[in-house]
Amino acid sequence: MHPHEHAAAGPPLLAVVAVLALAAGAVAYAAALRASRARSPWPVGRTLCWYAGLAYAGAATAGPLADAARTGFTAHMAGHVLLGMLAPLLLVLAAPVTLLLRALPPARARRVVAVLRSPVARWGGHPVVAAVLDAGGLWVLYTTGLFHLVHASAPVALVVHAHVLLAGWLLTASLVGPDPHPHRASFRVRATVLVAFVAAHSVLAKWLYAHPPAGVAAADARAGAQLMYYAGDAVDVALMVLVAAGWYAASRPRDALVHGRARPGVA
Amino acid sequence: MGSTSPAREQDRPAPDGARAGDRRTLVSGVLFGCGVAASIVDLFVFHLGLQWHHFYDLSTTHVALLADGVFHAVGWFVTVWGLFLLADVRRRGDVRWGRWVGAVLVGVGGFQLLDGVLNHKILGIHQIRYGVDLLLYDAVWIGSAVLVLLAGLVVVRRTRPARAGAGGA
Repeated sequence: MHPHEHAAAGPPLLAVVAVLALAAGAVAYAAALRASRARSPWPVGRTLCWYAGLAYAGAATAGPLADAARTGFTAHMAGHVLLGMLAPLLLVLAAPVTLLLRALPPARARRVVAVLRSPVARWGGHPVVAAVLDAGGLWVLYTTGLFHLVHASAPVALVVHAHVLLAGWLLTASLVGPDPHPHRASFRVRATVLVAFVAAHSVLAKWLYAHPPAGVAAADARAGAQLMYYAGDAVDVALMVLVAAGWYAASRPRDALVHGRARPGVA
Repeated sequence: MGSTSPAREQDRPAPDGARAGDRRTLVSGVLFGCGVAASIVDLFVFHLGLQWHHFYDLSTTHVALLADGVFHAVGWFVTVWGLFLLADVRRRGDVRWGRWVGAVLVGVGGFQLLDGVLNHKILGIHQIRYGVDLLLYDAVWIGSAVLVLLAGLVVVRRTRPARAGAGGA
């Protein structure tokens, strides 16, 4: 018998819900792969991204890192970067919407496309809305009493962690990724939003360095703030490369393709 | 868009393409130079290498902290964006490397000058080094920035494409 199991009164609500939700995500992706196996081969990299993304989200919400995050700010921040930045990027790169459209029968796939084209998806999927939800949520979390409440209340912890993952996912999907996005904003808008988001994220990291949340020791806050800043940078630079690579692919010179017939001189 | 192919269709004059390519080479170099100075030199030389800079010296106003965040984000973005612009010039024709390097020097020198004057002295976001007499450091910083900027401008001027010549380059 483990003596501390009585004191902890079972695993936290967040861990239980997270494991169930992530397991459902794992099963759903595998089922969609199976349903669409008659079609052209699905890139292995996308499948790996999906399961790696689920694994990082799981590490942030259940297990030793999640346990440490309830008492230490640096561990909390490591989980936050995994859940809100790295996992969303990997889940977006896994192209789940494309896979869903391949797996569904045509009539139901058309209904999914209709949802993607709806005004709600258009507004919710806009980078400005997604960035305000994501960065705004972070500012509220760290500059109000909410941070303290996350550790005191299991339902609040669940809602905040779900928000961090979903807002990060929404922002990432509004900026980059292989999935169809009927209303994707222009390169200029996406680049501007990304730069503004990175600025807000790094300002918040330095603000936390100087103003630790209530109950967090100064040294722990400083280590966590620097982790937020530099690990955030790594994911943000990857996002910048993907946004710029999207521009590069979309703006390739078309002379050779469109006018190739009439231009024997162009090599 | 080969710069040496004289036979082109009438509806697409070649000089526009060559001029646009030249402009993009310069923009790419300046952006990349600014970005390298802002993000990579600052991070690897002054933070991690010499350890003269602190993560945050806690002496900053809110406006300066915001400006610092924007500088940081723009620095990374223009590093990445400058390289993709260079790749775009390259796939449309030959890159004139001397000219690009000149533009990079303009970017590095220009950014260091801006950083040394605006960030260090006017906004006071951070200093070059702490616990020392700053005059010498500021003089070396700003002086070297001006030298790099001037060297870049000379290179860019000397590698100008010949306007009157047929066929460009």
